[in-house]
Amino acid sequence: MTTTEPRIIPMGLALNEAMDIAMGLDEKVFLLGEDIAEPSGGVYKITKGLSTKYGTHRVRKTPISEAAIIGAAVGAAIAGYKPVAEIMIMDFIAVCLDQITNHAAKIRYMSGGQTTVPMVIRTSAGAGRQFGAQHSEMLEAWAVHTPGLKVVVPSNPADAKGLLISSIFDPDPVLFVEPMLMYWDPQYACDVPVGDNRIPLGKANIVREGKDVTVISYGKQVHDAVKAADILAGEGVSVEVIDLRTLVPLDEATVLASVSKTKRAVVVHEAVTRCGFGAELSSRIHEELFGTLAAPVARVGGQNTPVPYAKNLETAFVPQVADIVAAIKSLNK
Amino acid sequence: MATTNRPDSPDRETLVQMYEIQSKIKTTDERFRSMLTSGQIQLIYYSPRGQECISAGYAVHLRPDDYVVTIYRGLHDHLAKGVPMRELWAEFLGRSTGTCKGKGGPMHITHPDSGLVVTTGIVGSGIPIANGFGLAAQLSGTDQVTVVNFGDGASNIGAFHEGMNMAAVWKLPVVFVCQNNLYGEHTPMSMSTGVEYISERAAAYGMPGVTVNGNDPVAMWHAAGEAIARARAGEGPTLIEARTYRFYGHLMGDAMEYMPKEERKAAMAADPVPAFRAWLLENGHATEAQLAEIEDKIVAMVDDAVEFAMNSPEPSLDELYTDVYEEITK
Repeated sequence: MTTTEPRIIPMGLALNEAMDIAMGLDEKVFLLGEDIAEPSGGVYKITKGLSTKYGTHRVRKTPISEAAIIGAAVGAAIAGYKPVAEIMIMDFIAVCLDQITNHAAKIRYMSGGQTTVPMVIRTSAGAGRQFGAQHSEMLEAWAVHTPGLKVVVPSNPADAKGLLISSIFDPDPVLFVEPMLMYWDPQYACDVPVGDNRIPLGKANIVREGKDVTVISYGKQVHDAVKAADILAGEGVSVEVIDLRTLVPLDEATVLASVSKTKRAVVVHEAVTRCGFGAELSSRIHEELFGTLAAPVARVGGQNTPVPYAKNLETAFVPQVADIVAAIKSLNK
Repeated sequence: MATTNRPDSPDRETLVQMYEIQSKIKTTDERFRSMLTSGQIQLIYYSPRGQECISAGYAVHLRPDDYVVTIYRGLHDHLAKGVPMRELWAEFLGRSTGTCKGKGGPMHITHPDSGLVVTTGIVGSGIPIANGFGLAAQLSGTDQVTVVNFGDGASNIGAFHEGMNMAAVWKLPVVFVCQNNLYGEHTPMSMSTGVEYISERAAAYGMPGVTVNGNDPVAMWHAAGEAIARARAGEGPTLIEARTYRFYGHLMGDAMEYMPKEERKAAMAADPVPAFRAWLLENGHATEAQLAEIEDKIVAMVDDAVEFAMNSPEPSLDELYTDVYEEITK
């Protein structure tokens, strides 16, 4: 009998492996973005070594020109390539939103399916490092609101790898949101299978089974949801935790099956609460399960403010484990 | 004189081919405007009248596998690149038989088989996308060229700056054709643009820039030929500023009160299409009978396309949900 040693690696390395595998499989895959080639290998080192292995024609360092980066990816994708564009920080999406929403997202539709845009936009996001209001936002709701885009937010290294390979070979444009704090922090490292282990888009993961309340989350907050579930287990409350993994396509069936069982739901994300993804999900749960819900769906999200700089304010902006615990308890009153 | 005579001018066949393209654009535009004016059809319409020679001048240098990107005022580029007349009309009329099944409309004409790969309704946004086509050709090692068309107004938007710089840095096989019709929407160039010639801006990116009389078919043919040959040889991008005039304002129904009457009258009196026709005859490049036959053929082609489009069904309601993603979703 052979046993495989677990291979515990951080998300940054898992993402690097995903791109390495995709580039090895298909010469049409190429990367472009600011600083992504050697010697730096990206400001977060996610593309480290890849330009040495595949050449600077396939791992392309660009000017600081987000609209030109996404535009070039759109054109190349229509022409048959599979570009992976890196937008260093998610807030910079605002600089190239026209290329993303008016072009990448709509071209398949506007052309009646004649031209397609199979590309990935990788971007790092999230608060917690005191980067201030313009380097900390989670803006996934902008993309979810744009038909034509797929939206992925991984919560752990194994998912990040499997979802990124799937995204690169997906026929549609994918916004791939990488929680910045998880890149190299060993507390988020996990066992990541070697090789091409894809995870399909649109398949949620039931991280923990429970019977009293369903907590639905994605990205870094999945870990906080699990911590809240641990705390409440000690108080006799059984919490089911669902990691959506992808917001578009959304695995609504898994969510509704779970909430049908527990009759209570809390949606958790870091993005500002107002018009966040939680608003949409809460609305869908109410529409489908109004008669069976024991309490209204609760939302836990960021404050409706820009992300502040001072450590105490930044912490107050981001939803905490205690907020999730409180929200769950409020449903059981 | 309608055009310049140079010893290295295009051969007779090319000259007639350019006239045929111009005539096709002019006839199609006239039919659209007359049907719009009479209320037979209703759609948002940006007339390309006056700008015919530019498209004809570059298109005759292109192969079917070369790419063209254009904008909402793009009918002349669509026809010059060979988008079929029937499918074009049907798309303008929102019919299922259109190039894009009626889902894109006049501002988003797409016909990859002709190499007309993107029509955007956003000023300047085609420029960065054209770089992507250029990059694809460069990475694949083909010698395909991309021609991207935009107006003078687009040279003031950020996408122009980012796109021109990236094309120069990466030496992409892209030709930037600024069709300078002297107005960005309702504002004259002099009130929106700090340089006299858009081509001056090329120097800022380290690429060649040239201003050409866009109403002179042979001058345009020379400028486009040099730029396209340069791109095909891997020598990088060129900015061509082709000076012209739009006869009918920004869009159909525009009162044009911001365009001086005398200026417009003079431009229309110097209509480049009949002027080129006369020049072809005067210089013995074509006979009256030959051009009349071409024109009759085009009228018949437009008649046929109008009938085809008017008799085509609207898209089925199912089409609302297709082509959002590869998989159908609601």
